[in-house]
Amino acid sequence: MKKLSARRRHPLAAVVVLLLALAATGGLYAAFAPASKAQADETAQSLAIEEGKKLYSVGCASCHGTGGQGTTDGPSLVGVGSAAVDFQVGTGRMPAQQPGAQVPKKKVIYNQAQIDQLAAYVASLGAGPIVPTKNQVSPDGADIAKGGDLFRTNCAQCHNFTGEGGALTNGKYAPSLEGVDPKHIYEAMQTGPQSMPSFPDTTMPEQQKRDIIAYIQTVNSAQSENPGGLKLGGLGPVSEGLFAWIFGLGALIAVAIWVAAHTAKAKKS
Amino acid sequence: MSTATDTQRKAPAGERVADWADGRLGIYSLAKANMRKIFPDHWSFMLGEIALYSFIIIILTGVYLTLFFHPSMNEVVYHGSYEPMQGIKMSEAYASTLDISFDVRGGLLVRQIHHWAALIFLAGMFVHMMRVFFTGAFRKPREINWLFGFLLFVLGMFTGFTGYSLPDDLLSGTGVRFTQGAILSMPIVGTYISMFLFGGEFPGHDFVARFYSIHILLLPGIMLGLLVAHLILVFYHKHTQFAGPGRTNKNVVGMPLLPVYMAKAGGFFFLVFGIIAVIAAIASINPIWAIGPYRPDQVSTGAQPDWYMGFAEGLIRVMPGWEINLWGHTLVLGVFIPLMAFGLVLAIIAVYPFVESWITGDKREHHILDRPRNAPTRTAFGVAWITEYVIVFIGGGNDLWATHFHLSLNAISWFVRIFIFVGPVLAFIATRRICLGLQRRDKEKVLHGRESGIIKRLPHGEFVEIHEPLGPEQLHTLTAHEQYKPVEIGPTVDENGVERKVSALQKLRARLSKGYYGEDNQIAKPTVEEYKEITSGHGHH
Repeated sequence: MKKLSARRRHPLAAVVVLLLALAATGGLYAAFAPASKAQADETAQSLAIEEGKKLYSVGCASCHGTGGQGTTDGPSLVGVGSAAVDFQVGTGRMPAQQPGAQVPKKKVIYNQAQIDQLAAYVASLGAGPIVPTKNQVSPDGADIAKGGDLFRTNCAQCHNFTGEGGALTNGKYAPSLEGVDPKHIYEAMQTGPQSMPSFPDTTMPEQQKRDIIAYIQTVNSAQSENPGGLKLGGLGPVSEGLFAWIFGLGALIAVAIWVAAHTAKAKKS
Repeated sequence: MSTATDTQRKAPAGERVADWADGRLGIYSLAKANMRKIFPDHWSFMLGEIALYSFIIIILTGVYLTLFFHPSMNEVVYHGSYEPMQGIKMSEAYASTLDISFDVRGGLLVRQIHHWAALIFLAGMFVHMMRVFFTGAFRKPREINWLFGFLLFVLGMFTGFTGYSLPDDLLSGTGVRFTQGAILSMPIVGTYISMFLFGGEFPGHDFVARFYSIHILLLPGIMLGLLVAHLILVFYHKHTQFAGPGRTNKNVVGMPLLPVYMAKAGGFFFLVFGIIAVIAAIASINPIWAIGPYRPDQVSTGAQPDWYMGFAEGLIRVMPGWEINLWGHTLVLGVFIPLMAFGLVLAIIAVYPFVESWITGDKREHHILDRPRNAPTRTAFGVAWITEYVIVFIGGGNDLWATHFHLSLNAISWFVRIFIFVGPVLAFIATRRICLGLQRRDKEKVLHGRESGIIKRLPHGEFVEIHEPLGPEQLHTLTAHEQYKPVEIGPTVDENGVERKVSALQKLRARLSKGYYGEDNQIAKPTVEEYKEITSGHGHH
């Protein structure tokens, strides 16, 4: 120790300390930083963006512009985020078939890997909502009753009590939510596609979105129970009225005709 | 000795009971007068029965529902067996309806029977009313009974409305709010009526309990009274019948009430009950658990009333949102005009019998029904009225037409706005032409017989279709209807050259009467001479 302290005022001491500190920092960085992985990810990411850009140029650029800046035929995609791409392309709405009041849901033409590539490209244009993870959209442990309440407050005015869908002005509509992938419901709330308002996490936290998804899964999916029997489309009194007139009154009139046709007749001689 | 015991032998038990009752109630003379009452047979005479029996079913199931329903708006937190409502705040009325649906034995089935029967009750009354209208059964002496029936229909609408509002669910609550809006749109009295009905600002804490009294006591009580009066008058007037051999304005041809009609009507009651029960067992109606409890800050799309109120909904939906602001008071025409139109369209059909009898000057009794084609103007008017009703109905469901037929909601509303005026006119013209065409066909059939479909080749090579002459029964049925002459104003100048004053009303009446019975508006039915001339002619074809 004496030797070391004696040389602490040596002119080269500072250089030695600096070298040691650099070596330590570099060594620690080399030891802990996920350097190689980061490098690989970056390559995959840029590869995905690269591939996505190619797909984009073929399928999307004609309306949304070559750099996603938007044209008169389609809005700008800067800042819409990967969630918007995953929703629009994943439900088949994009690429759109034709202009109209609203772009309908149709057959999905890209596979999930391609959709991810497109999403990566669009996300690279500007930060926006990202595709949720499995856990984020899982209905497990969510509060169904609270979800119902939230649904009736925020969604039912367009999508109907149980998400059967409804009409909007001039040919636009809120689609049925039956059989929609929870991920897509989550993304729709996050991004607000077409006529729908968006419900970002600041106004509707993630947990509430999961509650809503759980509610829809309970009341309007292939597994939901209908205690009353046929639900007649879940559309309320209009379909009930049609059913009452056609099958109820129809059957009763048929029976009345039958009863009237069978009468006690005077015996024919 | 033995003969004495024979006559002293006790009568059978049934006879003794009947004797006992007769001594106190006079049932023998009642039965004598009514048991052999004759009713004519036709399926369309049973439409009213559908309404009657569904009314009985509604009362029976309604009593069961009152045992479990709590007409209270006290707020409770739900902890019943329907999971998606756990822990939700709701009124006691809504919670008890959930309990009826999920926890009361048979509750859901009875609720569904009650509600389906209500829809069918109103539909039954509607078609019954249309049958009476198109056959002219409302004519003297049955105008009062027509009004009783009309009142039953209107009261039925409001009983239905107060009934489906009771569960205090989000759908019916929206409907109650709609109604309150309509009440508020009435100038001057609107706000007072609303405050009185709801006990303050909407929704308050009272309306479920109040609607409950109205729904289970007031309206059904009045309806029951009207119903009895309606049936007594049917007995008193005797039932109408279609024209046919042996049927006159002074007799009724048919089967006696006992045993034939008792058996038929009794059997039909159980068939009606059975069919409604089957429908209630297979198809869900008003699933309030999926709809949620009422909260004024929530609303759902596709919020329509039950079908009988769909007419009001349609008028509101297609009406432009006009309003006038005068001296600080707002008159909401967008709601007030539909409210008036709602009453007007119903009133038109109610007063029709009196209008027709004034126009035609026909004050005689009628017990033989018209075939709709033989009263073209009346039939056309009825079809025009139904067309109006149906077009407004389309407006009431405009959102569902839009989503299911991929149409624009706005386009549907515009269609309704135009056809609300044009539709009835087109329907009137088309129906009258069809009726006249059918009259011509009847005339043709009477004079030339029925087309047999047999083609005969004559010796010189010509092909003719053989027409089979009708039998006397058919001839009678096709020519039994009376044809009227239009009301004439008469000469306006008498023999002394003095001008007689004719009021504008009388002129209008003469013109309308011509519209009913003028030369172009009915096909003169074949006369005996015409018939004889044609049938006696040889080789006429």
